[in-house]
Amino acid sequence: MSGEIAQTFAKAKARGEGVLVAYAMAGDPDLPRSVDVFAALVEGGADIIEIGVAFSDPIADGPVIQGASERALKAGSTLKRVLDEVVPEVRRRCPQTPLVIMTYVNVIMAMGEERFAKLARERGVSGAILPDLPPEESEGLRATFDAAGVDLIPLCAPSTSQARAQGIASNARGFVYCVAVSGVTGMRAELPADLSQRLDVVRKASPVPVVAGFGISTEEQARTLSAHADGVVVGSALVRAAHADGPGAAKALCADIKRGLKR
Amino acid sequence: MTTETTVGRFGRYGGRYVPETLVPALLELEEAYAKASADPSFGEEVARVLKEFVGRPTTLTPARRLTESWGGAHVWLKREDLAHTGAHKINNTVGQVLLAKRMGKKRIIAETGAGQHGVATATACALFGLPCEVYMGALDVERQSLNVFRMRALGAVVRPVESGSRTLKDAMNEAMRTWVSQVADTHYVIGSAAGPHPYPSIVRDFQAVIGKELRTQALAAFGKLPDAIIACVGGGSNAIGVLHPFIGDKDVRLVGVEAGGHGLDSGQHGASLTLGTEGVLHGSRSLVLQDADGQIQEAHSISAGLDYPGVGPELAHLAKTGRMEVRTATDDEALAAFYEVARTEGILPALETSHAFARGRELARDLGKGKYLVINCSGRGDKDVATISARGVPPPVGVKS
Repeated sequence: MSGEIAQTFAKAKARGEGVLVAYAMAGDPDLPRSVDVFAALVEGGADIIEIGVAFSDPIADGPVIQGASERALKAGSTLKRVLDEVVPEVRRRCPQTPLVIMTYVNVIMAMGEERFAKLARERGVSGAILPDLPPEESEGLRATFDAAGVDLIPLCAPSTSQARAQGIASNARGFVYCVAVSGVTGMRAELPADLSQRLDVVRKASPVPVVAGFGISTEEQARTLSAHADGVVVGSALVRAAHADGPGAAKALCADIKRGLKR
Repeated sequence: MTTETTVGRFGRYGGRYVPETLVPALLELEEAYAKASADPSFGEEVARVLKEFVGRPTTLTPARRLTESWGGAHVWLKREDLAHTGAHKINNTVGQVLLAKRMGKKRIIAETGAGQHGVATATACALFGLPCEVYMGALDVERQSLNVFRMRALGAVVRPVESGSRTLKDAMNEAMRTWVSQVADTHYVIGSAAGPHPYPSIVRDFQAVIGKELRTQALAAFGKLPDAIIACVGGGSNAIGVLHPFIGDKDVRLVGVEAGGHGLDSGQHGASLTLGTEGVLHGSRSLVLQDADGQIQEAHSISAGLDYPGVGPELAHLAKTGRMEVRTATDDEALAAFYEVARTEGILPALETSHAFARGRELARDLGKGKYLVINCSGRGDKDVATISARGVPPPVGVKS
């Protein structure tokens, strides 16, 4: 298992704060300028960078990330180019920040699971999140990733039963990604009332840190959740800010949310 | 006879590649379907509705003039076009909506390409009193306006989908996204024998009524099973429905015809069995049209129902193992077949079905005289008349111009 992710959570905890996992889409608006966005997220206080790799049929994503996917594909983004051109540059500019790839299973299959895992590790990727790969389908891929030292980070959902969530958590690598809302990625004004309780259950069963994601976009939400999770994931809000107003806006939003994570 | 190798898998294909949010719903559906299948009263209720409302069994019609014209095997047609709403799609929606009611679901969503599945879902929802929302690619909304009207008339909400290629694949993405956010009280009626497990099996089982009837009817009409059965393949629900009951009958040739679009070399087609590679789309591992980077390519077909870059996992397995022969027909060949069938048999086949007819002549000759070829007439062409007539109608038969 890669140690970078665990270290990052441990350091944040020692500083008395939750971890901010910040997502942006590689290749949006183009490959070089997306590197500027990733660097801005880290300047704004992001602890872990989630690098989105576009897929033509992103069934887990809402309109904001769908739109970013379409722009990235038009700009010629592919998994290979992200690993060759984006990851090394982000690594160079943000050497201390663990990088996690988020994409769909077909994109990984097309490259070849082993080839991806090896290349990813060589370029400095610590983990991967595949939102359309539930535990039933992930065993083989997880073994391949384990062998290469890339964490396959699992997801839990609001509809996941307690027993199933405990199973997912106890086998997790890197961290457990708890999907906060029933639905696709995107900002929500309100988070479900039972979210804290669900996070507590997963956290109790998990040997690795637990983060909440989907629907989170404000300092206030981060503050509420930081009592029940080791961190939060923010995606659509950052993608929208970067797209509308450039890297500086994404940096400022990261800083806001990071304030909410200080305990 | 089953080709299921382990639960939800057909050889290498199948599975359940969906967001975790949906997995509990798929497990619930799998369990509810197993219970319903084991309960004779469920099967009886489905059969009763199919008989009283859908008009089953559909007839097996001899195509005497096509037989004569093609000069080979006897040609017979399994007439799914005579089922209520005009296509085989209703077999599945009646079954799934009854299942959803048993599960206590409050509303139904569906995706549709040509609109036939949308109409069939809206019809079943009207019959059983459930609200219905249908996702349809904006391009398909334009080219299938008759079916859009029919769905609205039946009380359904039609939601045009503007993303991607604005066709069936994007409608399915949007339906899945919607389902993720409303999964607690909503059932998603998938219309193709595709999608995550258990859908490919459920859709196949409800559509297998076509092949089961055909077995009985063939034995009565020609005293033996057909020598070959031919069906068009988009996602593949009519094909798996008519072919599945014959998988174990090694002497029955099973033939699937895919959309050749502008030709296999043109890059504009829907031939995922012929030219697709292994991948994951809409929740199952199957053969899909994709580029080297794993991006799904846009399919093309003159027929909205075949305009899909994937195919059901069981058909992928049957094709890869050689049990099903796979052919293609281009847009132009399908159009020519449409007029040929219209003018020799008095039937306007759907453009989807016309692809199956387009390969009928060769197959009939290949089989030879004294053999029996059955073509699955999956739907009627009324919905396609705007598309077809836009290309101009050939002059009437027997009239000098």
